[in-house]
Amino acid sequence: MTISLSPSDICKISINDLNFYYDTFHALKSISMQIRKNKITAFIGPSGCGKSTLLRTLNRMYQLYPSQIAQGEIVVDGVNILDKQQDLNMLRAKMGMVFQKPTPFPMSIFDNVAFGVKLYESLNRYDLAERVEWALQKAALWEEVKDKLNQSGTSLSGGQQQRLCIARTIAVKPEVVLFDEPTSALDPISTARIEDLIFQLKEDYTIAIVTHNMQQAARVSDYTAYMYLGELIEFGDTDLIFTKPNERATEDYITGKFG
Amino acid sequence: MMIPIYTRRRIINAINLTFSVLAMAFGLFWLFWILLTLFDKGLDGISVVTFTQMTPSPGDTGGLLNAIAGSLVMVTLATLIGTPIGIMAGTYLAEFSQRGWLAPVTRFVNDILLSAPSIVIGLFVYTVYVAKVGHFSGWAGALALALIVIPVVVRTTEDMLRLIPNSLREAAIALGAPQWKVVTLVTWRASRVGIMTGILLAVARISGETAPLLFTALNNQFWSADMNRPMANLPVVIFQFAMSPYEYWQELAWTGALLITLSVLGLNVAARIFMRKRDF
Repeated sequence: MTISLSPSDICKISINDLNFYYDTFHALKSISMQIRKNKITAFIGPSGCGKSTLLRTLNRMYQLYPSQIAQGEIVVDGVNILDKQQDLNMLRAKMGMVFQKPTPFPMSIFDNVAFGVKLYESLNRYDLAERVEWALQKAALWEEVKDKLNQSGTSLSGGQQQRLCIARTIAVKPEVVLFDEPTSALDPISTARIEDLIFQLKEDYTIAIVTHNMQQAARVSDYTAYMYLGELIEFGDTDLIFTKPNERATEDYITGKFG
Repeated sequence: MMIPIYTRRRIINAINLTFSVLAMAFGLFWLFWILLTLFDKGLDGISVVTFTQMTPSPGDTGGLLNAIAGSLVMVTLATLIGTPIGIMAGTYLAEFSQRGWLAPVTRFVNDILLSAPSIVIGLFVYTVYVAKVGHFSGWAGALALALIVIPVVVRTTEDMLRLIPNSLREAAIALGAPQWKVVTLVTWRASRVGIMTGILLAVARISGETAPLLFTALNNQFWSADMNRPMANLPVVIFQFAMSPYEYWQELAWTGALLITLSVLGLNVAARIFMRKRDF
């Protein structure tokens, strides 16, 4: 494993010796790495390499399924979130997640965005409306939906739905946003818009993105982690990983010889 | 040019389609025959008198007012008692039970209850309630019907909630929503139409149940709003009147049967319209 990082950035999440099991299957093997604040960290690797699994440990989404177990340490702002005492709902409010398939809730566009906000803040109607607009603006969806906020979230197109989900996530004002292959179900134009969006979001958020699309990782990320069979093979500056990777395996994957 | 494997596939397709259509026609044939008979025999009897007068004694004239009112009261009560319990239990099975013995046992018992003959339910309520208090009553009738509602609603609620993709739950949980909020605000909402259909199915089922009422509410020739006394209801009146030698009673039985059918049909249509309006 090779890790090469610019030393100047602040560390937001520090993963130390993380192991993950689906029942008996060892899906993550002793992963140690850092996710830097206000940077975009991309996870690449062939299917089944554990990149989504890793992402789902960061907000402990795996905990929904009793047979999935994580061991090790994930330190966010000095606190080990794998600790039993960690409140899961608060953790998830802090670590927003956008999924592969757009998942609008069966309610209006407005309510979709307001859903998460209402969980942890009691805003008056005016402030809530302002927050919803702010989130939709940030997600570059406001212009398209401002006249139909009362319509169903499911009536939007796939790309719009995914931006709605991003708006919903950032409306809660998380500190970290985890993207789990956010564009793999979308057309190229929607993909481009969402990539722009992710790029802009790093001003305010720390971002981790899992992607199958290497060009996407190269385009948007500051750091890239290459994973294979549950191991972190190489992790470092995206420019370096894509121009002169240290590991042969990384180079083979990036140049398309393998994967 | 025809490719043999494709030709064969087309023939198989045609055969299957034919059988499917035949099966559907077979089912619809009986359904329409039943409906036609109902309309034919029952429609003439419907008049203002049906809804304003009590069930008559032999040889007398009258309507079905007390039976309609009794059925409405007991079916409504049974639905009000059975639906919340059914939805809660179904929700527990689908959303909250992950490990342990409670859920599989509940599901198993519920399936037994679901397929239990309704006469058994009637006898059960008779033994534990009617025999204890010493008289038939509207409460006992509603209770017996509620016991039929519960397993139907449990089953459909669980099935409908299981149809909701996990990704939707995960999305809500990822926002930091506690599980009860995920259930009440997202998954219930997403499966609203299905759950509602289950409730309607249950209402339709109990609207025509006779056996459980025979042992519990029995019947009442007169108007009675007292739930502690025997209560008139359409199914038992239909049963009694249809078996009687009096032609006027038989006619009333047909009218009652048509009324039940129409109200279930009306309820379904109304619910569908209502649901389409707020379809998110």
